[in-house]
Amino acid sequence: MATVLFQTVAANRILTPSIMGFDALYVLMQTALVAGLGITGFALLPAGPKFLIEVTALVAASLMLFGTLLGRGGQDIVRTILTGVIFGILFRSLAGFLARLLDPNEYAVVQQASFASFSRVNAELLPWAAGLAGIGIAGAIRLAPRLDVLALGRRISVPLGLAHERMALLTLGLVAVLVSASTALVGPVGFFGLIVAGLAHGLTRDPRHAVLLPAAAMIAGVLLVGGQTLFERLLGLQSTLSVVVEFAGGMFFLWLLLKGRIR
Amino acid sequence: MIEIEAVSHRIGQVTILDHVGTRLPRGAMTALIGPNGAGKSTLLNLVARLLPLQEGRIAVEGLDVTRTPSRALALRMAVLGQDTAIGSRLRVRELVGFGRWPHHQGRPDPADAAAVLAALDAFGLTPLGARFLDELSGGQRQRAFVAMTFAQATDWLLLDEPLNNLDMAHARALMARLHSLVREEGKSVVLVVHEVNYAAAWADHIVALRDGRIVAEGPPAEVLTPAILCDIYGMEMAVTEHAGRPLVLHHI
Ligand SMILES: Nc1ncnc2c1ncn2[C@@H]1O[C@H](COP(=O)(O)OP(=O)(O)OP(=O)(O)O)[C@@H](O)[C@H]1O
Ligand SMILES: [Mg+2]
Repeated sequence: MATVLFQTVAANRILTPSIMGFDALYVLMQTALVAGLGITGFALLPAGPKFLIEVTALVAASLMLFGTLLGRGGQDIVRTILTGVIFGILFRSLAGFLARLLDPNEYAVVQQASFASFSRVNAELLPWAAGLAGIGIAGAIRLAPRLDVLALGRRISVPLGLAHERMALLTLGLVAVLVSASTALVGPVGFFGLIVAGLAHGLTRDPRHAVLLPAAAMIAGVLLVGGQTLFERLLGLQSTLSVVVEFAGGMFFLWLLLKGRIR
Repeated sequence: MIEIEAVSHRIGQVTILDHVGTRLPRGAMTALIGPNGAGKSTLLNLVARLLPLQEGRIAVEGLDVTRTPSRALALRMAVLGQDTAIGSRLRVRELVGFGRWPHHQGRPDPADAAAVLAALDAFGLTPLGARFLDELSGGQRQRAFVAMTFAQATDWLLLDEPLNNLDMAHARALMARLHSLVREEGKSVVLVVHEVNYAAAWADHIVALRDGRIVAEGPPAEVLTPAILCDIYGMEMAVTEHAGRPLVLHHI
């Protein structure tokens, strides 16, 4: 859902928060925490406050990141992508540099924290994450008609009387809250948002956000819960679901793309 | 009336518009002409609040474009840009439907639906209503965008090269429709055109730009003279007369 919103602001179907360096930012934060506090310090961090602080930091950082990316140069997609990718590399190499300073045990902890996991979710955090996501989703659905106009791009939305800059910022704020809540809960899921947004657009074939957003939320839920159930109950596997979700979803996405259902 | 006072625009060191001042009359069709890069689109985009105004003042019916709420302007002035690239993948009738946005803010009523149907009909788009924009020819697409600005039903229409991609029949039909909007409904139209004969035949007022300055303005018969045209475009051309209006022989 965050990806749908993000693509609306960016007026582009390929961009996702994760391509724009968001996941790398999260990994950098985890690495910095481990480096700063050591394994024991990291493990001892109380889950609730850690989650809240992570979300706040991610929201602040991503607002700055996305804001600068889309604020002025918003019309120039190539430059925007390039800047995002470069930011991503910057964060990744910073994290890599910090990781070099760590000992192998600490590094293993970082590794674990940097992969998405839906089974290791801390139950205590669920209500918080659900609350945040709820706020984000309710906000997005309330804004749905205005998001439709925003998606037309600045050159058309401004003459139609939309306060484009304010709306774009508001949407980015929602994106930041949604992405941060889920990333802080399960870790970075990368490609998943692109798949869900692609599927939502491809399956509904409707440009209205009042339809798109709930569809995206539902698709994401079905993919995750269905995949997890299939995995644990039927196959009895313990592998990382996110890997498979991305693989299967990626194939489906490619298929849709090749069939020309997503544009 | 649209008042443009001492408007200058710079990008980096380059001066795009240099102290442009004019008044675009109400209840008339004004044509903006000039060579590529003269600053026509820049001027139009400044009036349309699509570019930040750096210097000078622009007011539409007395409303300062930098201070008036965007929606209030959207109810008075519809704008069609030169570049109509669009973010979402829309059907024709959905695009035209967005023209009603300033009126309903997301809650269309039957009157809005009727206005959309009328706009589709006016541009021969009814059979194409359910088609996606990226499945249309260039001219059909252009007509869909013009129909959207019509659906907005504003007193002012600002159109940047609306004749782009249109064949002769559709181009003339569009000019005739704009003309009747001005004559019969008292609307005001400002459009950028490259084919000066459309300006000669239909416009009431012409503003000619070159290198970011206004080099001539007035009724077609005064602006479209061999001397002024040569000054604007840097080439010799003969001007004859047809039905009491100038006819520029620029193609031979
Ligand atoms: N974003 C920009 N950056 C730098 N220069 C620009 C930019 N946009 C326009 N220009 C320059 O400003 C000048 C005026 O451009 P403008 O688009 O207003 O011309 P125009 O009269 O509409 O031309 P055309 O008939 O080709 O549409 C041109 O010289 C152009 O190169
Ligand atoms: Mg132009």
